Amino acid sequence: METVRVGSVEEFEPLPARKVVEIGGEEVGVFRLEDGFYAWRNNCPHQGGPVCQGRIYNRVLETLDAGRRSLGRRYDEERVNIVCPWHGLEYDIRTGRHPGNDGMALEPVAVQVQNGEVYVSL
Amino acid sequence: MDAAIRTASAMPVQEMGTETDTRDYLAHARAHARKAGYADWTIVDIDAHHVETVHWHEIIDYIEDPVLRHQATMYQKERIGAPPYGLNGDLGLRYQDVGGRIPHQSSRREKVDEPGVHLDVALTRRAMEALCVDYMVLFPTPMLFIGMHPQPEMEAVLSNAYNRWLAENVLSAEDGILSLAVLPFNSPDAACRTVEEFGANPNVIGFTVTSTRYKPVHSNEYMRLYRMIEETGKPIAFHAGYHWQDPSLATCNSFLGMHSLGFVWCNLVHMTNWVLNGIPERFPKLNSLWVESGLSWVPFLMQRLDDQYLMRQSEAPLLTKMPSDYMRESCFYTCQPLEKSSEVGLRATLEMINAETQLLYASDWPHFDFDAPRVIYDIPFLTEDQKRNILGRNAARLFNLPSKAGARKAA
Ligand code: FES
Repeated sequence: METVRVGSVEEFEPLPARKVVEIGGEEVGVFRLEDGFYAWRNNCPHQGGPVCQGRIYNRVLETLDAGRRSLGRRYDEERVNIVCPWHGLEYDIRTGRHPGNDGMALEPVAVQVQNGEVYVSL
Repeated sequence: MDAAIRTASAMPVQEMGTETDTRDYLAHARAHARKAGYADWTIVDIDAHHVETVHWHEIIDYIEDPVLRHQATMYQKERIGAPPYGLNGDLGLRYQDVGGRIPHQSSRREKVDEPGVHLDVALTRRAMEALCVDYMVLFPTPMLFIGMHPQPEMEAVLSNAYNRWLAENVLSAEDGILSLAVLPFNSPDAACRTVEEFGANPNVIGFTVTSTRYKPVHSNEYMRLYRMIEETGKPIAFHAGYHWQDPSLATCNSFLGMHSLGFVWCNLVHMTNWVLNGIPERFPKLNSLWVESGLSWVPFLMQRLDDQYLMRQSEAPLLTKMPSDYMRESCFYTCQPLEKSSEVGLRATLEMINAETQLLYASDWPHFDFDAPRVIYDIPFLTEDQKRNILGRNAARLFNLPSKAGARKAA
């Protein structure tokens, strides 16, 4: 396993921030949210698309009232998804999981911060 | 941390958008093609799209009627805040990119600096290179709804102008950019003229009925058209689409629901009428191709029609065998969007339609549910020979296309 520097913490601003890098033919997306860094292989389990190079959207929820009537949709303030640009599959940046199918998940990459620098290990 | 540690290189594209070059957007497809060794495979993409309205100002020049042509010119020149001249459309077109999540569906505004090359040729070549395909059949996009035009004569005017514009400016045997000419199906005589005009054009490899329409395909008024198409030796294609104003589909409140049903519904109805009225018996050499409805509807309809037919044969007296026999012998299918969430279901589907000879690859690029060739390549239970048939050989046989695996693919 090799550890590679991705960049300084300051490069990951404003939040949510992301840097997609190439390391010896492997592509990795490194994301920074308020609570820390997350890294995933840039390879969508759907059809192999460049998932980490997609747009970032908050998860969408639907609100029901006490009578179970729909009051429409809203964004979840906490949960942030990366959207694969090929067909739009979304994955929670923290868990790597598809919000509607737990079995569909991105492949994690170890990420750490030391002395203001961000590293991934492959 | 060790000072000798390497620094990773940032990818040139950090976030894909509407301005991303097609080759960057599809770089993963290209990498897969290299790994899979597609250089010596013949790959034919039977259904890709361009957005004809980007060039509507060129297309209207091909309108034959001088009064309409003048009207269209004035409209395109002076009118603002309205869709392109003469075109109807569908509300659903606004939702296809899932609110900006799928930028290549919204538009392709990438830089193209190739003097003397038509924009659509340049963009198509890029997609072909990335997907590693030898032939790409181009279909229009908003014109897929033209069968719902309130003026049948306008369907004919615009279809003719589009077919001519495409043939003169975009189609190219050398590049492998081909089309299935759009038939103004609501006007059978005009549709026959389309066949007369393009029947011998080698870049027009068949004829398309845009399926979103309320015309019975077995009506006697179409028999001359089918005879003419059969005589060209080229197939007739039914390209699916949706129609959100259809009273049943209007109950669907999401594009997800409406599109899931709509893109299948039109072809379910047309196929039912096509088979039960014995069109394959009347025109045994006429092949039909069913485009962009996915595949899971086919086993459903085969089983449904077979069961009902046995009880009510007197209502379909032209048939000499089971409806499903016609559906697997004289009908061809494009795979996209391939339903693959159940391996059991997919295996049964491919067996039932006899995919080895009847199934053709289609990308539907650049639409939101496009399929790269690996959707076929990755099917675990197919042999390499079967994959080669589906990705190219079946289409090459159906359309008489020479093998073009060559320089561009090997690069
Ligand atoms: S490959 Fe990522 S959504 Fe399809």
